[in-house]
Amino acid sequence: MKIAGIVALVAIALAPFLSTSQAVANMALLAALAVAGGQAWNIAGGFGGMMSFGHVAFFGVGAYTTAILQTRYGVNPWLTLPIAGAIAAAVGFIISWCCSRAGLQGSYFALVTLAIAEAFRILANSLDFTRGGLGISLDLNLAASNFQFSDKRVFYAVALIVALAATLVCWWITRSRFGARLIAIRENPDAARALGVDVSLTRAGALALSGAVTALTGVIYAQVFLYIDPNIAFGVWRSVDMMLVALVGGSGTIVGPIIGGLVLHLLSEGSRELIDIPGFAPALYGIVLLLIIGLLPGGFARLRHA
Amino acid sequence: MLSATGIAKSFGGVQAIKAVDIEIRSGAITALLGPNGAGKTTMFAMLAGFIRPDRGRITFERRDITGWAPERIARVGMVRTFQVTQPFSGLSVAHNIRVGAFLRENRPREAETRARAIGERLGLGKVLDRSASSLTVAGRKRLEIARAMATQPRLLLLDEVMAGLNPTEINEIVELIKQIRDSGVTILLTEHIMHAVAQLADVAHVLAGGTLISSGTPRQIAEDPKVIEAYLGHGAAQRLANA
Amino acid sequence: MWELLFPAVLNGILLGGVYALVALGLTLIYGVLHIVNFAHGTLLMIGMFMVWLLAAKMGIDPYLALPVVTLAMGALGWALYTGLIGPVSRGEDKMLLLATLGVSILFDNGMMVAFSGDTRSIETAHSFSTVDIGPALVPVTKLVSFGFAVVVAGALWAFIALTETGRAIRAVAKEADGARLMGIRPARMYAVAFAVGTACTGAAACLLLPSFYVNPGVGNVFILIAFTIVVLGGMGSFVGAAFGALLVGVIESLGGLFLGESLGPILVPLTFIAVLLFRPNGLFGRS
Repeated sequence: MKIAGIVALVAIALAPFLSTSQAVANMALLAALAVAGGQAWNIAGGFGGMMSFGHVAFFGVGAYTTAILQTRYGVNPWLTLPIAGAIAAAVGFIISWCCSRAGLQGSYFALVTLAIAEAFRILANSLDFTRGGLGISLDLNLAASNFQFSDKRVFYAVALIVALAATLVCWWITRSRFGARLIAIRENPDAARALGVDVSLTRAGALALSGAVTALTGVIYAQVFLYIDPNIAFGVWRSVDMMLVALVGGSGTIVGPIIGGLVLHLLSEGSRELIDIPGFAPALYGIVLLLIIGLLPGGFARLRHA
Repeated sequence: MLSATGIAKSFGGVQAIKAVDIEIRSGAITALLGPNGAGKTTMFAMLAGFIRPDRGRITFERRDITGWAPERIARVGMVRTFQVTQPFSGLSVAHNIRVGAFLRENRPREAETRARAIGERLGLGKVLDRSASSLTVAGRKRLEIARAMATQPRLLLLDEVMAGLNPTEINEIVELIKQIRDSGVTILLTEHIMHAVAQLADVAHVLAGGTLISSGTPRQIAEDPKVIEAYLGHGAAQRLANA
Repeated sequence: MWELLFPAVLNGILLGGVYALVALGLTLIYGVLHIVNFAHGTLLMIGMFMVWLLAAKMGIDPYLALPVVTLAMGALGWALYTGLIGPVSRGEDKMLLLATLGVSILFDNGMMVAFSGDTRSIETAHSFSTVDIGPALVPVTKLVSFGFAVVVAGALWAFIALTETGRAIRAVAKEADGARLMGIRPARMYAVAFAVGTACTGAAACLLLPSFYVNPGVGNVFILIAFTIVVLGGMGSFVGAAFGALLVGVIESLGGLFLGESLGPILVPLTFIAVLLFRPNGLFGRS
């Protein structure tokens, strides 16, 4: 059963390479980015129980880091990947550490992350450094060395690798000491403390890891579409997207965000074929969320246990 | 091994602990007794680092641990269990214990092996792969102890570990605690089940109204009129003596 | 300086008065259901669309529509809780939170589908009248709205403090099991609290639209303001929410004055973060 599932996933993952349609490649790469984002959210939110409503903050940090480093300082785009990851990791670490110090968990943590993402959006919209509401355009310069490809299938490959890496991180969490401690904290922070687990440090590490992976998706997005602005980079709906991919698929599982990403992406593409009004697909997401909470709270991945 | 001097703690306007001095001797089983509301669990919480005393000092193996975070105290060898059991509900019994084992063992496979061994030793062998939330009360108590033991503590704080157990289970736990003591772990326990205390404790301290009113062997404190008063009320000692 | 400061502060207070209604509703829901109602901003947006429809399509003045919209929104809140949020979440806190999030996503986007993202505003008979107060040129609508806000807040207080239902709600908020023993049904009181909280957004909608605009995204703007007010005042404290609303109104106004139109709005999330990090009980909250 498991092997059949893996084979099916590999087939789905490789199928887009067979088509020469750029539209298919575009759809595939957006789906891969959605899965990657969901897995990233899963690291902190699913395994760590740190429900972040502001994860787009990390996406935007990634997008703006690459855009600014390229346009202002001429840094090679490939190099911006690790830099963006490092900056986002630092941001995640600081946010989690401060929240731990202040005793903010659960809903309060969710709200603070929401506020931080909004503050970032306002900053991006107001500072000259980020070119304010105008946004930043990246020059078209198709070359592998410049991380730009005319065939979107290559971008899809990169996105797929990131999604795979994110999934591997989640797999590592289920098998490592760090992960065992993180999960223990999610279940019962005081009991974990009594057994010698440094709750603040572990949580901060989880958010740092989660933020770093999310930032990578932001970099890729910027390279594909060559334009970002405060709403694209820090718009609140992207936070919801990431969270839903994990929740719908099954947060705290390895395969959940993969399922969630595929289901939600299919839903949004399919609904767009039916009714192409802005807001229709996201409205469906709302219905899906309500259905999942009501009928399948553990997400699709836990369907067997439901 | 553990010494707490001049400990005081108040909540709001209530002075829960007034001025307590306690010494725990290494290798022995010490009992902390007292009527409900005397402050036993508050003392435990302070010793283990979950609550900060308003005044006083706590020294563990000649190290001043006053104000240390609970995880730090656990790391230097003093670990507590909880009166109301606190399992990691979503995890299996083995994985619950493994979290404790991870304090001393980095490698997941070794930690799992250790955890399972400890689970076996504490009578949880049959339920190792079941969810912790499916355990009976007795099972959960054992799990609390198993998790704590997995951290290889030098001093184990057992908070009313026998509450909610039937007589057979109590006897089993008493044997278990003796085995733990024999393996070289010092134990401080709070309890209401007097016959268990009588079998286990080398030293007993009685806490009432926020202060220590008596210390000695279990027999000694049981015959102390002050202790009888604390449990049975003012004048009870006199009345019992007259009866 | 005074010529600039006074109008900004005054405008902030006037706007804050209306914010107070939104915050009071949120506080009621938090105090009784113990959840953060993510749908609150969305509900306000729906209320504002309701008012806009009445004004733009039927020519009904927003102030006159106040009782109707308030009641309609209350009914919507009741229906949403009993029909959707309550059953879906089965009482679990985390699920309740996500359920209100689901409602907000559904309606934010549903309204977008129904009404498109265009921004709308209305013009009433008094839209352009202003009054001189000191160096400030205050739009009459803002003054009237503030006045109405005070009245509605007073009515809300009277409801909670003086009526039997209000007492029942307070009982459930303090101790649901105990209230059950007294014959009060907590589930029903949750619905009432949610309905009244939503009705507050309806009232606020009537008072906001004369001086504000509406589009489907407006809920997101107000939700953060509402949360900031509630944590600043202290979660669960009505007096705190009222006071916090005035304060946040002023903060927002001064932000616009000193930091400009672009950067000014950052003071609201910054206040929110600062309060939670450094003074989580707010100004009036209980610990």
